[in-house]
Amino acid sequence: MRIAIAALLALAPLGAQTVAIQNATILTVTHGTIKGSILVRDGKIAEVGDKVMVPAGATVIDATGQYVIPGMVDAHTHIAADGGVNEGSISDSSMVDIRDVLNPEDIALYRALAGGETTIHILHGSANAVGGQCVTIKTRWGKDAQGLIFQGAPPGIKFALGENPKRSGNPTGRTATGAAPTARYPATRMGVEDTIRQAFTDAKAYQAEWNEYRAKVARGENAIPPRKDLRLEPLVEVLQGTRIVNCHGYRADELLMMLHVAKDFGFKIDLFVHCLEGYKIADEIAAQGAGVSTFSDWWIYKVEAADAIPYNAAILAKKGILVSLNSDDAELMRHMNIEAAKIMKYGGLSENDALAMVTLNPAKQLRVDKWVGSIDAGKDADLAIYDKYPLSASAKVLKVMIDGTVYFDRDKALADNIKAQQDRQKLIEKEKQNQTRQQPARRPTV
Amino acid sequence: MHRLFAALLLVCACATAENHGVVAIRNAKIVTVGGPVLAKGTVVIRNGLIEAVGENVQAPADAAVIEGDGLTVYPGLVDGLSTWGMPGGAATAAGGGRGATAAAPAAAPTGAAATATPSRGPEDRPQTTSWLKAADEIQPGDRRIVTARAAGFTTAVAFPTRGIFAGQGAIFDLLTGETTGEMVVAPGAGQYIALATGGRGGGGGGGFPSSLMGTIAYIRQVYLDAAHYTLVKDAYARDPRGMERPAYDRALEGVLESKRILLPANRLVEIDRMLRFAAELKQPVILYGMQEGFRPEAVELLKKAGVPALVSLKWPEAPRDPDPELVESLRTLQTRDQAASAPMMLKKAGVPFAFYSDGVDVARDLQRAVKKAIDAGLSRDDAVRALTLSPAEIYGVADRLGSIEKGKIGNLVVTRGDIFDDRTKVEMVFVDGVKYIPPPEAPAGGRGAPATAEAPAQGGVR
Repeated sequence: MRIAIAALLALAPLGAQTVAIQNATILTVTHGTIKGSILVRDGKIAEVGDKVMVPAGATVIDATGQYVIPGMVDAHTHIAADGGVNEGSISDSSMVDIRDVLNPEDIALYRALAGGETTIHILHGSANAVGGQCVTIKTRWGKDAQGLIFQGAPPGIKFALGENPKRSGNPTGRTATGAAPTARYPATRMGVEDTIRQAFTDAKAYQAEWNEYRAKVARGENAIPPRKDLRLEPLVEVLQGTRIVNCHGYRADELLMMLHVAKDFGFKIDLFVHCLEGYKIADEIAAQGAGVSTFSDWWIYKVEAADAIPYNAAILAKKGILVSLNSDDAELMRHMNIEAAKIMKYGGLSENDALAMVTLNPAKQLRVDKWVGSIDAGKDADLAIYDKYPLSASAKVLKVMIDGTVYFDRDKALADNIKAQQDRQKLIEKEKQNQTRQQPARRPTV
Repeated sequence: MHRLFAALLLVCACATAENHGVVAIRNAKIVTVGGPVLAKGTVVIRNGLIEAVGENVQAPADAAVIEGDGLTVYPGLVDGLSTWGMPGGAATAAGGGRGATAAAPAAAPTGAAATATPSRGPEDRPQTTSWLKAADEIQPGDRRIVTARAAGFTTAVAFPTRGIFAGQGAIFDLLTGETTGEMVVAPGAGQYIALATGGRGGGGGGGFPSSLMGTIAYIRQVYLDAAHYTLVKDAYARDPRGMERPAYDRALEGVLESKRILLPANRLVEIDRMLRFAAELKQPVILYGMQEGFRPEAVELLKKAGVPALVSLKWPEAPRDPDPELVESLRTLQTRDQAASAPMMLKKAGVPFAFYSDGVDVARDLQRAVKKAIDAGLSRDDAVRALTLSPAEIYGVADRLGSIEKGKIGNLVVTRGDIFDDRTKVEMVFVDGVKYIPPPEAPAGGRGAPATAEAPAQGGVR
């Protein structure tokens, strides 16, 4: 797989113009499954239906026997970031931003694309009570870092509860090599709450300071602006509702705690990520309008992830909570269609409701649903074409389109793989020959 | 060959003994770099400066004359980013500690900023010694100065390199036996910034920052703080009455007095990232590293941004004794195969670039490293330029360094043969007009002579 990297870098995405995907089974998510065509123009879905007029000159993709779903949306990933996804040195690291370290060359990005994911939210890790800033991107493999960014998508921030921020795996604070203890606060769940409350208390004071300054300026007074604090700026945005709140947590008690914190400071939790015990407090989550992004059937990988059931997502959804399924993992994100299928088994959700959990629901949570998440005229032409019924383990992704441009084509990818393998072998041979020719000069001994 | 060398020595010895700072190299091939190559010319150095150069220049009567038949004279080589003469050991490899990709150990800063408690955030100014000046730190006894001079280097742009804001560079001449003050050509070469991080993800006790994004956030906050600091200080200077006194912050002072920054960038994504970052910070920038500088996209980005690049002469190499299970990506293999073509690509696009030694300071290694770029398509003239006039231009000192021109500093390398050829010998080096004779070398591929054997400098010629 690794060898595919360079070849795919070279693969310029096929041009975006007018494309017609014909004779397909189309799972629209918003208006059921239809047999018909999708017309894509200038990167947008122009028309979808059983009788679509294909204009002359349009590129036709014959999808007879094939299935089209909206490009999948993943609200919780940790890929494509250089130099670590945790600024774990401090418990409040809201000044750091994944956007600064996007790595468009991460092969996981290509694999996610090849698995039908077109929009992903890249989160800071869960090492800190107040984590860093998160970014929503499209999996436009081959573009540079800026070219990945989902324009218009609001930025996010990560909070984390429980074992990770309180350092349960490392109770003494000692490193593996026995280095000095970190003495990082907090070491308990109450300390986690305190850290988050303190951060928002600081943010409110900071906000007031700026408001006072702006009022002075408005009155025509001479004033020096306060120091701009990159730690508190994003928290002010949370208070203003312009930044998406992701909160990592497992246990019902601390999820409830976070609901109280959000209520006290007046912000909304867009996504409780993991939320494995969410089924115990579904009413409370629903009452506050929080969203949930959970796993299908992954648990018991640590103590706080023990009391989980595969019906979690379905139970929460039936309570009216906006629920999505996320990967949190570079491997899982290659087949999130199967995760959706599992929810049909556990909890008996309809095909449509299950598919919405990896498309429209996360798009709503990330506040990008006016552009992506379903196959509707006017939305971005982000589409995944499968060879078989997609809510199944045997379905393969054939093509993935983002903004009307084909970024993944299975046939081309397989052919490029062979070429890349040959190129690689040639370079290895060449290097071997050069090595035998040249011996490095030794440095003089001093 | 040996007899000729002995004769030369004799000539020099006599000449220097009788003259006071005037040397003329006569009938040599002179690669002026700033102007045309003179097939048979004369260059005159007086009191450490180039007094005259040309085909019709006569050696002054009071000059010690060096017969230049068979010799070639170049401007002294300049290391565009160096740690020679800096305390704290040798430079590290481009792909190693200095590269943006690798996490260097969170070494305590050389200055007093080293604290026992880990940093808790930007306010603690972690790994910052921005006030440190290379010009104040020069260790004239550093052996690498002698070694590098034997390879033809006369000047280094050296920086403190520990920490994130490591300190301010200085351009200095590689003199031995002078005071450090006399070595310095220009003290403010810019602020060296490294994106080293404390560990993997943090929590290891290294303190903030422990990730690349943490380091970037920290640098961003420092520049915001510096702007605010300036604002408050200015207001206080205008009217201190009734105003809370702003606290003196040496970290910000150090940042504010740096007229440019150096940022690491090896991979294409790093070049892109650092160019954007420098633009955001509104700082004039030089990028260093450039392992993927051969990629057309990288060259295009540099060209668009109008940012000069420093190319490491330590070309990426295959790991020695690799893990047999190691599967290297095609991209890694391509980088190793093509890295040395970056200079040619940059030249073609008109991006200003210079070489930097990055630990390659032995004559033979230097020649081999530069030869690699020449084999990859860089002209010999451009290779010389990338070690002479180009670095001088990038650092804004081309009015005194980098070419053989009347009025410039008397820094010259005299070789027998083309400077970057395998069998070429550096016959003598002039630094500020002071002549140094490198030790005789063993044949290529063999052991180099001990650096301690360098011939005495015949005393200061000036």
